[in-house]
Amino acid sequence: MKILVNGAWRETQHAELARALEELGYGGSVVTTALNGEFIATTQRARTVLTEGDRVEVLAPMQGG
Amino acid sequence: MLSLYSTTVRSRLMLGTARYSSPAVLAQAVKAARTEIVTVSLRRESAGERAGQAFWALIRQLGVRVLPNTAGCHSVKEAVTTAHMAREVFGTPWIKLEVIGEDDTLQPDVFGLVEAARTLSAEGFEVFPYTTEDLVVAERLLSAGCQVLMPWGAPIGSGRGLNNLFGLTALRAHFREVPLIIDAGLGVPSHAARALELGFDAVLINTAVAQAGDPVQMAAAFAQAVEAGFAARQAGPIEPRDLAVPSTPLIGTAFRG
Repeated sequence: MKILVNGAWRETQHAELARALEELGYGGSVVTTALNGEFIATTQRARTVLTEGDRVEVLAPMQGG
Repeated sequence: MLSLYSTTVRSRLMLGTARYSSPAVLAQAVKAARTEIVTVSLRRESAGERAGQAFWALIRQLGVRVLPNTAGCHSVKEAVTTAHMAREVFGTPWIKLEVIGEDDTLQPDVFGLVEAARTLSAEGFEVFPYTTEDLVVAERLLSAGCQVLMPWGAPIGSGRGLNNLFGLTALRAHFREVPLIIDAGLGVPSHAARALELGFDAVLINTAVAQAGDPVQMAAAFAQAVEAGFAARQAGPIEPRDLAVPSTPLIGTAFRG
């Protein structure tokens, strides 16, 4: 299934957001996620089901003013 | 001491963490500024680079409070979603709420700002709204649940200082009990000292320190200016006058009569 991760198309074998994030290399990282513009808490990732073409944002702490 | 919602801090200088030449310089600047609060943000994380992980580890080592922002958000929806994401990652109800309305000046969209502030306050966030010096907008933000206001001094990164002195002074006079933090646009330590002398409770500095020739020395200079400005305010500055008033007593002056 193809999904848009941080603006780039990526292929994932997993429909659950939590497993897709691990597959994409985010395992163990301090990140926060949104699916199609809606915040998805860490506790919700395991039961959040992805569909083809979904937009996933994976954000992390960064410098800011 | 400065009370921000239920938190009390000693330092009246907040520091942004962006645009430093290296993480080491940032860390040294934070220490030189003697700040207790730094602003941070959220950005897309690359699974390969993991830049965010290294940055977050550095910030945690510094032992300061973080004030996450919603920089880059141009709509209420984006800002509210970003705030939720920030609360999860940073573990704080604090949010420096930015809803940008115009890209050339990075002027706040005050209509969206009030709406987002109302939504987030109702959800338990402690909102620090980046706003203008507009009194009516300030009133609306307070009605929306904000207990702190962050009026701009000048456009972000411009270094122009307190651009609308009359408006900012009026804001301070009107809201005597509300913590007011000058956010954005200060360029040199004298701008910060002036803000504190006028009775503002604190300042937030980023570009003026990060882009200085020597950021660490500039951070120390801002710290001194903020302390001097606050002390001067406490000491009670004299009122400006149009005409001279002799400082040397006239009684006993020679050659008179």
